[in-house]
Amino acid sequence: MLLVYVVCNEFVLRTLNEMACDHISDNGEANKKMKQTANRTEPIFVVNCSLDLLLVAITLIAFVTRLWRLEDPRGVVFDEIHFGRFAGLYLQGVFFFDVHPPLGRLLITLMGYLSGFDGNFDFSIIGTEYPCSFPIWHLRLIPAVCGSLLCPLAYLILSELGFHQYSACLAAFLVLTDNALLTQSRFILIDSMLLLSLLAMIYSLLKFLKYFKRPFSLYGSAWATVLSLSITASLSVKYSGLFSVLLVSLVLLFYSWRMIIDKTIPLIQVAVRLLGYALFFVVLPVVLYCLIFWLHLSLLWKSGTHDEMMSSSFQATLEGGLARITEGQPRRIAYSSQITLRHTHGTPCWLHSHSDPYPVRYSDNRGSSAQQQVTCYSYKDINNWWIVVEQDADSIDLNSPPKPVKDGDIIKLIHGVTGRSLNSHDVAAPMSPQCMEVSCYVDYNISFPAQPLWRVELLNGAKTNQTWQAMSSHIRLIHVTTNQALKFTGNQLPDWGFYQYEVATDRIHQQEATVWNVEEHRLSAAATSQDHQLPPDIWSPGNLGFWEKFLEVQMKMLWANSDVNQEHQYSSSALEWPTMNRGVAYWISPDSNAQIHFLGNPVTWVSGLVAAVLFFLMFVTLAVRWRRQCQDLTPDEWTRLILSAVLLVGGWVFNLVPYMLMERTLFLHHYLPGLLHLLILLPVTVEMMYRYVLFRSSIQRNVMTAVLLVWLTSVFLAFVRLLPLSYGHTSLTEEDIKSLQWRESWGFIYREEFK
Amino acid sequence: MTKEICLHVLYCTTEGNEETMPEKQPKCSSRLGTHARGHKGLNILAFSSCVILSFATRFYKLDTPDHVCWDETHFGKMGSYYINRTFFFDVHPPLGKMLIGLAGHLSGYDGAFTFESPGTKYEDVNYLGMRILCATLGVLIVPLVYLIVLEWSFSVTAASLASLFVLFDTGTLTLSQYILLDPILMFFIIASVYALVKFQSHHARPFQFLWWFWMTMTGLFLACAISIKWVGLFVILFVGAQTAWDLWGLLADLALSKVTLLKHFLARCLCLIIFPAGLYISFFAVHLHILNQSGPGDGFFSSGFQSKLVGNNLHNVSMPEKVAYGSVITLKNHRAAGGLLHSHPLLYPEGYGAEQQQVTAYVYKDENNLWLLKKYVEEDLPVEDEIQPVELVKNGDLVYLEHVATRRNLHSHNEKAPLSVNHQQVTCYGENGTGDFNDVWQVQIPGAAAGATVSVVKTKLKLIHYLTGCVLFSHSKNLPAWGSEQLEVTCNPYSRDQRALWNVEDHYNHHLPNISFEVFRSSFIESLLESHVVMAQGNSDLKPKEGEITSKPWQWPINYRGQRFSGYNNTEERIYLLGNPVLWWGNLFFLVLFPPVIFIWLVCKERGLQGNSAITELNQKVFSSCSWLLLGWALHYLPFYLMSRVLYFHHYFPAFLFSCMLSGIFINHLLQLLDHYLLPSRQGAFRQSGLIVICAIVIQSFYKFHPFSYGMVGPLADEVNSTHRGLKWLDSWEI
Repeated sequence: MLLVYVVCNEFVLRTLNEMACDHISDNGEANKKMKQTANRTEPIFVVNCSLDLLLVAITLIAFVTRLWRLEDPRGVVFDEIHFGRFAGLYLQGVFFFDVHPPLGRLLITLMGYLSGFDGNFDFSIIGTEYPCSFPIWHLRLIPAVCGSLLCPLAYLILSELGFHQYSACLAAFLVLTDNALLTQSRFILIDSMLLLSLLAMIYSLLKFLKYFKRPFSLYGSAWATVLSLSITASLSVKYSGLFSVLLVSLVLLFYSWRMIIDKTIPLIQVAVRLLGYALFFVVLPVVLYCLIFWLHLSLLWKSGTHDEMMSSSFQATLEGGLARITEGQPRRIAYSSQITLRHTHGTPCWLHSHSDPYPVRYSDNRGSSAQQQVTCYSYKDINNWWIVVEQDADSIDLNSPPKPVKDGDIIKLIHGVTGRSLNSHDVAAPMSPQCMEVSCYVDYNISFPAQPLWRVELLNGAKTNQTWQAMSSHIRLIHVTTNQALKFTGNQLPDWGFYQYEVATDRIHQQEATVWNVEEHRLSAAATSQDHQLPPDIWSPGNLGFWEKFLEVQMKMLWANSDVNQEHQYSSSALEWPTMNRGVAYWISPDSNAQIHFLGNPVTWVSGLVAAVLFFLMFVTLAVRWRRQCQDLTPDEWTRLILSAVLLVGGWVFNLVPYMLMERTLFLHHYLPGLLHLLILLPVTVEMMYRYVLFRSSIQRNVMTAVLLVWLTSVFLAFVRLLPLSYGHTSLTEEDIKSLQWRESWGFIYREEFK
Repeated sequence: MTKEICLHVLYCTTEGNEETMPEKQPKCSSRLGTHARGHKGLNILAFSSCVILSFATRFYKLDTPDHVCWDETHFGKMGSYYINRTFFFDVHPPLGKMLIGLAGHLSGYDGAFTFESPGTKYEDVNYLGMRILCATLGVLIVPLVYLIVLEWSFSVTAASLASLFVLFDTGTLTLSQYILLDPILMFFIIASVYALVKFQSHHARPFQFLWWFWMTMTGLFLACAISIKWVGLFVILFVGAQTAWDLWGLLADLALSKVTLLKHFLARCLCLIIFPAGLYISFFAVHLHILNQSGPGDGFFSSGFQSKLVGNNLHNVSMPEKVAYGSVITLKNHRAAGGLLHSHPLLYPEGYGAEQQQVTAYVYKDENNLWLLKKYVEEDLPVEDEIQPVELVKNGDLVYLEHVATRRNLHSHNEKAPLSVNHQQVTCYGENGTGDFNDVWQVQIPGAAAGATVSVVKTKLKLIHYLTGCVLFSHSKNLPAWGSEQLEVTCNPYSRDQRALWNVEDHYNHHLPNISFEVFRSSFIESLLESHVVMAQGNSDLKPKEGEITSKPWQWPINYRGQRFSGYNNTEERIYLLGNPVLWWGNLFFLVLFPPVIFIWLVCKERGLQGNSAITELNQKVFSSCSWLLLGWALHYLPFYLMSRVLYFHHYFPAFLFSCMLSGIFINHLLQLLDHYLLPSRQGAFRQSGLIVICAIVIQSFYKFHPFSYGMVGPLADEVNSTHRGLKWLDSWEI
C-alpha cells in the first residue's frame, strides 16, 4: 500500500512540479518554451501510475521475514530490558533518565498506549517471560516495520543514484539477508528506527539534489521537508545519527557553495535560497527536536528512581518525592535558617557531620587535626542539617529577625546536632592531600584557633537579586582565612569515615565540584512566630521552566554518554567489527538451548570490506585517468559516482572511525549504521567492475557473472544457516552449536542440562 | 631593535610597489636575488637583526634559575641516563633525549646529577651545556620563520612581522630556555617546513641536485621531528598534504610522460617515506645500543628484552627450558609493562573482600615473586612414591601455585576484587601448602594442542580458576597505600582479555638441564615493536594525577592559563610559561578574521567581481599561502581535541608558530589592500603607519611581560604591594 502510494505520489508531484516550473520566469529561450508547450499539450489532471513490481516483491519479502512470529520468544530479549521498561514508565508518567534522546522510546510507547498496555511489568532480568496479556507484538511492531523498510529504501537509493535495476535489487537482497539487520529489527530496540532515518536522509537528499537546479519548486520543497524530518529523526533517536548528519550537511554546504559561485544565479536569489536552507535544515530540525523533548518532559511528571541524578530544583517539579518534602518552605535564606546543603553537580550527596573525629594518624602516617569529621553523605539524615549564623554572633540567636543573606556575605555554619561550626585549616585532607581538611571545630585548648568563617558566593545571583535562595541558588563557600573553596572531592573515606564521601577545600575555585545548593530549608520557629517575618515568600515547586529543564537533561545526557565504561562479556572494540569477531548473546530459552545471538551474515560482511577496497582502487584509477584527460565517464556519471562515494564510503567511515576513538563499552550493534552503507556500496562496486573494468570482453563478464552467482548462493546459504540464531525458534544440540561456531571467538551459549 | 623598525619604515614604500607587480619569473632558488634585488640590503639587515635579537633574548639569563625547573627533572634525568648508558622508559621516542645527553656529554657533564625534583639546586653541576643546546635550537626557530615567510610571500615586511611575533613571544622564549624536548621539536617542525618550502621553490627544475637536496632535507627533518615526540606526525601530515597536492598538479600536465610522473612519485616515496622511516628506525637502534645497562625501565619490558641488559638478572643466565612440577617460577603478565605475580604477608583490609593475604603484580624483582608449581592430585588416589620422574606441565593440567615465601596457595573465591568490583578477588590461602579446592587452577595455552608443554618466556598461558571459570588477570590500576601501590590482580570472568596472558620468567628446577637464556633474546625488530607498544600504552595511561590542574585545548589559543616553571612563593624567582597576551590575542583575531575574508574573496573571484588583475594575482598568492598555514595550524591543534591523555599548555606552541606566520603575511597584505583601495594616490601610507604601530605595540608588550620569562621576584601578583600586579590580566594566571 505504502509503496503504491509512494510511487503514485512521485508521479503526481512530478506533474505538479512541471506546472510549477512554468511559473518561473524564463527570459526567452525559444526551445525551452517549445518544450513547455509540448508539456502543456498533455492533459494535466491525469494521474500516471506505474508500479514497480520488483520493489513491491522486495518489500513484501522484507515484511514477511521481519514480522514472522514476531511475538516469539515471549521473554525479555537483551536491551528490551531498558526500552520496554522505559515504555512502561512513560505510560505511568514516572520520571527516568536515559542517555538516548526520546523519539524512539516515544514511538514504542505510542504503540503500547494504542494496545492498551498500562506500563505494569517488571523488566528486571533478561529472559523474564511476558504474561499473556502483555502486548509484545505491538511493542515490537514499530522496530520491525522500520527494519523492513530498509530493503525497499536500499533499492530506491541505488535507483536514484542511477545504477542498474540489478544493482538496486542486489542491495535490497543483501540488506534482506543480513542476519544482524534481521535480529536487530525484531525486538523492542531503537536501532532499526535510526537506520531507517539514516537511509531516508540519504534518499531524500538525493531527491532534493535532483531538483536543486529548479529552486522554489513544489517537488524540491517537499523533499526538503522530508530531508529535514529525517535529519530530526536521526538526531532524536540516537545521538550516533550525528555522524551521518554531519556528512549530509557537508554535501549540502558543498552544493550551497556551488550555488553561491554560480554566476547565472542572481545574488538576491542566492540569499533567499540560503535563507530557505537555513530554515529547512537548521531551524526546523532544532524546533522539532525541542518539541520532542517537550513531549518527553511533559509525559514524565511523577518522581521516580532517577530523581537523584537531577538538580534539586528539577526534582521539585516532579510530583511526589522532593516536591512533597520541600512544599511550602521559605525561599530566602536568612541568618538562623536551618538548611541542608546538596552537592549540585554529579553524585548527589549532602554536607554532613557526625560526632566521630578524624583519626589522629592515617594509614600512611600523615597526621590529622583529630577534629570532628565533615563528609558528604548520600542519604537524607538528621546530621545533614546546618544553621546559618552571622559572622560575629557568639551563639545561635534564634530570636533575631530573619535577615536575608546576600552574595558576598560572610557567615558561619553550625552543625545542627552537635552545635559545632564548620571549619577549615592548613591540614592536608585525608584522601586528597593537596586539599585542606574540613572539620567541625572542637576546642581542644591547644592553641589551634577556630577558622569558621565562610564567604557565600552566588553563581546565579543575577536572577535572585543577589540574595541566597533555597533550591535555585548555586553557591560556592569560600573559606575566608585560606581563600579556598569547599569541595566534594569524589573520594570515599575508609571505614573510620563510614565510607562516606570526603569533603575538603581546594585553592582552585572554578570547578563543578565546588558548587552547592540549599535543598531543605526552615526558618527557626521563633523567627516565624513573631511579627517581624519576611514578607510572605514561599518557594513553590514548578517554577523551573521548560528550557531550564531541557538544558539540564541535555547536559546530563551529553556527560553521561561518555561515562558508560564497564566491562561486559560480549563487548567488542570497533576494530573487531568489520570482521565480525564477536557477537552478542541476546536471549536464551529457559528450557532448551534455543538462543538468539546477534551476528551478521559473515559472507556479506567480508565481501563488503573487499568491495570497499576495490571501490577505492577503481575510484582512484578513474580519477587519475580523468586528470590525464581520459574521458571514461561523462560529467553526469562523475557527479553520480562522486555522490555515491561521498554518501556510501563516507557514511561507512563516518559511522565507524569515531567509535575507534571512543573509550566506552561498545557492542557489535553499534556498527550497523556503518554496515548498512557498506552493503549498499557493494552493488555499486560490482556494477563499476562491469562498466569500467570488464567492458572489453564478454568472456570476462560471463566469468564475473558466474562468480557472482556462486557468491550470491553462498550469501543466501550463510543467511539460512544462521537463521536459528536470529529467530531463536529451534532448540539446538551440542553438534548444532559446534557446527555454527565458525570462529573461535564467537561465544554461543551451551548448557549441558538441555542435551 | 630600533634600527630594524626604522629600516622597515624607510623601505616599505618602494617595496610595496614592487610587490604589487605580478610576478612572472619562474620560481627558482635565485629568485630573491632577481626579484628583490633592490632590497637585498634590507633583507640581509632584517634577517641578521632577527638572528641577533633572537640570540640575545634566548641567551639572556640562560643560567638562571640555577635549579631544576619543571620538566627538566625528566629530560635532564633522561639525558643523564644516556651518559650512564642506563636503560629507562619514557613515552617519547629517543632522539630529543639523546641530543640532550650528547650536549651534556660534550659540555663535560658526567651524568651523575639525579635531577631529583623541580627546585633542586644544580650547585656545581655543568647543566648549561644542555640548556645551550635547547636555546640554540630555539634561537634558530626565529630566522627559519623569517625565511619560510619570505619564500611564501616574497615580502621582507611580512617575513619581519612574522619573525617579530615569534621573537617577542614570552612563551616561546621561556620554552626555549630550559632542558626540554619542546624547543628541539619546534625547531625540527619549522625546519621541515622550511626545507619543504625550499624544495617547492625548485619546482621548475626537477631532478637537479638542489631539488634532491631539499627534498632529502625535508625527509631528514621530518624523521627528526617524529623521533622527538609523536606529535611530529602532524607536520608529516602537513608535508604529505602539500606533496599530494603537488603531485595532483603534476598529473594534469600532459607534457609530462607517464615515466616522468612515475619518477616524480617514486622520488617522493623514497625521500619522504622510506628515507625518514629508515632514519627513525636507526635512531631507535642507536637508542637501544647505547642503553645496554639495566636500569629503572627494565620492568616495563618483556623477559626477552630484559635479557639484553647488562646487570639484569636475566642477563647471561641459564635455566631449564620446559616447566615441570616442582619448579620454582616467576610469572610475568604478558602485556606491555606487565608486572610479576606477587604476594606478601599483608592482608586485604576490611571492606575489600575477604581479609586474606594480598596478591598483586609488581614491576620490580623481589623474593616474593617466586611461586612453586605443584600438581593437583585427587585425594582418593594413592600417594605415589617420593621418587618419581620429572613430570612436565602440560596444556590443560590442573595445578596449585604455592607462594614460596609464605607457603600459601594462590586462591580465588566469589568475593569482589578491591578495585575492579565485577571481578573476583585473588588471595593467598592455606597453611604450609595445603588449602582447599578453590586453590586449583587450570593451565591453558591458547592456540596450542592438548598436551603441549610450557616453555620459559615463550609460552603465553592463561590460568583458569577451576571452580568458577574466571581467569587470572592483571592491568595497570594501582592499589591504594594498603597494597603498597602495586598493581591489582583479579580473577576476570571475561576471559577474552589479552591482559589475562602470563609467561614464565625465572625458572629454577635442579632436576632439569639448564639452557642458556640467549635463545630468548629479542631481536632488534622485536625490541623495536615492543618499545612502541609500551610507549603507546604509556601515552594512553598518562591520566591527570590527583589534584593536578588539567589543561583543555580550548584554553590554549586564548592564553587562558600558563604553566608554572619555577618558584611558588614571594622569595623565590618565579618563572611562568605564558604567551605574550597581546601577541596571542592578536594572532587569534587574525586567525578568526582570515576565513571570512577568504570566503568573501573567493565568492568575488568566482563571480568575477574583481577589477585589478595585479591585485587578483597577489591575492591569489597570499591567500593560497595563508590557507596552507591555516591548515598547518589546524593540523597541529585540532587533533588534541580527540586525545584522551592528559594535555598541557605547551602542546599548543607548534600551532602558535603557524598562526604567527599566518598573521605576518595576512597583516602585511591587509595593509597593502587598504593602501590600494583607500589611498591609491599615496602608496604605502597605511602600511607605514600600521607597521610602526604594530612594532611599537609588540615591543612594548614584550617589555611589559618579560618578567614572565626572565623571572619575577617579590610579592605574588595577587598581593597589593606587588610590582607585577599590572601583569595579571586574567584571574586564571597564577603569577
